[in-house]
Amino acid sequence: MDLTYTAEQIAFRAEIRGWLAAHVPEHSLPSFDATREGFEAHRQWERTLAGGGWGMVTWPREYGGRGVDLIQWLIFEEEYYRAEAPGRVNQNGLFLLGPTLMEFGTEQQKARFLPPMAAGDEVWAQAWSEPQAGSDLAAVRASAQRDGNEYVLNGHKIWSSRATFADWAFGLFRSDPDSVGHKGLSLVLFPLNAPGVTVRPIARLDGKLGFAEIFLNEVRVPLTQRIGAEGQGWHLCMATAGFERGLLLRSPARYQMAAAKLVRLYQKNAGKTDRTLQAAVTRAWMDAQSYALSIYSTACRLIQGGKIGAEASINKIFWSELDVALHRTALSILGARAELLPPTSDDEDLGTWLDDYLFALAGPIYAGTNEIQRNIIAERMLGLPR
Amino acid sequence: MDFTFSDEQRMGAEVVRQVLAEHCNSAVLLKQLQAGLDRDEGAWQELRRVGMMGVMMPESVGGLGLGEVDFVLVAEACGYAALPGPFVEHTGVAGPLLSAVGVHGGLTEKAAAGEIAIAIGHPINPSVSDADTAEALLLEHQGEVHLVLTRDVKLTRQASIDPFRRLFRAEWTPSEETRVANRLQGQRLWEDALDRGALFTAAQCLGVAQRTVDLSVEYAKTRKQFGKPIGSYQAIKHLLASVQVKIEFARPVLYAAAAGLSHRDCCSRAAVSHAKWVSAEAAELGTQAALQVHGAMGYSWEVDVHLFLKRALALDGAWGTQAFHRERVTHRVLTQSLGPDHTFTRELEHA
Repeated sequence: MDLTYTAEQIAFRAEIRGWLAAHVPEHSLPSFDATREGFEAHRQWERTLAGGGWGMVTWPREYGGRGVDLIQWLIFEEEYYRAEAPGRVNQNGLFLLGPTLMEFGTEQQKARFLPPMAAGDEVWAQAWSEPQAGSDLAAVRASAQRDGNEYVLNGHKIWSSRATFADWAFGLFRSDPDSVGHKGLSLVLFPLNAPGVTVRPIARLDGKLGFAEIFLNEVRVPLTQRIGAEGQGWHLCMATAGFERGLLLRSPARYQMAAAKLVRLYQKNAGKTDRTLQAAVTRAWMDAQSYALSIYSTACRLIQGGKIGAEASINKIFWSELDVALHRTALSILGARAELLPPTSDDEDLGTWLDDYLFALAGPIYAGTNEIQRNIIAERMLGLPR
Repeated sequence: MDFTFSDEQRMGAEVVRQVLAEHCNSAVLLKQLQAGLDRDEGAWQELRRVGMMGVMMPESVGGLGLGEVDFVLVAEACGYAALPGPFVEHTGVAGPLLSAVGVHGGLTEKAAAGEIAIAIGHPINPSVSDADTAEALLLEHQGEVHLVLTRDVKLTRQASIDPFRRLFRAEWTPSEETRVANRLQGQRLWEDALDRGALFTAAQCLGVAQRTVDLSVEYAKTRKQFGKPIGSYQAIKHLLASVQVKIEFARPVLYAAAAGLSHRDCCSRAAVSHAKWVSAEAAELGTQAALQVHGAMGYSWEVDVHLFLKRALALDGAWGTQAFHRERVTHRVLTQSLGPDHTFTRELEHA
């Protein structure tokens, strides 16, 4: 056990820190979920990142990455959040579909989809959930019917993050019409501007168009846009969900940065708050620190050949709950000011706490509800009967 | 950056687990309870046989010269087994302190070999554990360290809710002869002892927490109500899953605290306190969940839940209360660098 960084890791940190200092926009970009303009500004930032070779550092060089290990990935993320660089508009592609393609895609698929993903030229949405298939994801009914060299896609997807402005989606479809449950499903990629695709934005809790429903009516895509074998879709989705809940989607740096800001907010308002809030502030920092240590430990294990399984569910519960508690604490410090919308007030303390709190509230729901995660932990880690 | 244990470290803990599975299992503890014995030499002698007593003492006195990272998994295994007796404090805290003060006359060597036990009366704890069976006590007087033979101390038993905790109030007279470290040296020695005591108590708490989950899972698989094992119900599943989440996120905190303890700065002390705090919470959450899952059985002495519940209760306040440790973490949070690049940070240098 050696909890110090190597010279190479220190140099890597210095390199990304320098690059970010020179390139992160001075003013934060408008939300990528609210307007096309904000979305495109973020796409442009993805291109800038890719131009510097920072699109997805863990990917092999041939796909636009740097081939670095998970520790360097964590260092990259730490510096990224420290610099308050823009949110990753293509996170569904980079963090979810990317690793899935890397593991299960053909060479042609990787060559076709990964470089434009890393470059920000193709932004991805996830199209899994349906009105009747939420926590019970295996109940999906949208179909992919073979017709020669093509699939004909029909159905109704919903709660699809980023779909309002994205270019492509990766969807879960029933490719065997006689199948039920998790058998007979396939993972198929489709362009969101294909004939027969209708995207209808849905206003989120915060009013932004962060997700959408997608209607597919006789949408034709080549068979080569299926990832993995036909009928293997469930297996692939579970692997993707592992990436999502596990290591990639929520970097510890995100919460460490928020915790540091929370401490500053507390110190600035210390005279006006009661002492119970100090405990909540300390707790928020502690939880972010626990999460970081846990992810470092997991990363080291994975580098040495370990696997991540149901632990991904453990991670998802922890980060989503700490996120809610951390932001709730900020609102408590703000007190009666917490409800004020920042553009109408020049109170600097408001920051993005309210917005981020509302977003945090989605955490226990998306990427598999925390109830589903607790079932997974109980059944697969602890061995309790189904 | 390598946040993993070596094969030797894992094997060392595995040896202890095997020893305890045989010599400190449910049946052994129950027999002791029924016989009214709160002390059993079996596990101590076996741990001595596998060479565990002096692992954290230098090789010059017959120890192995290992560190906190090497012992932390062992302490966790002891918590898992609810091991009674002085082993963890003797080996993990008193041994290193005794070695650090450099006592002549064979006492240190005997302690390293496990021929005798040394008890420690740290000012943070109101009582001394396992004092009566120790050969000598390390005691504090005005910041100094004193080594006093047990026969020269008046011990008064303090009964604990934990039937296997042997606590004593110690009355003694400090003298030039008993003093082994002055106040200046003592400050650092007592601070180190506190960090080790808190760290290995945290480790035991995590062991307790994991045991409560494992006991509950086994029970929930077999106990049937409404025609099904109760473990198939989500109310039970979610309760136990929440405990496991708590445990999984306390573990790396504990291990990082062990790895950083020797830095002896505000950040390393906060790390120990962080570990103690969340591990004690995990143990409390686990014992309460276990009690609930076992129902009335858990509330009786019919199953082992009560032993772990009582141990968790005792360890929660030992080597620093929650309030004490919260204060140390808060101090670090309010005075040191924060943010994503400070996960493994050291104390700021003061000009």
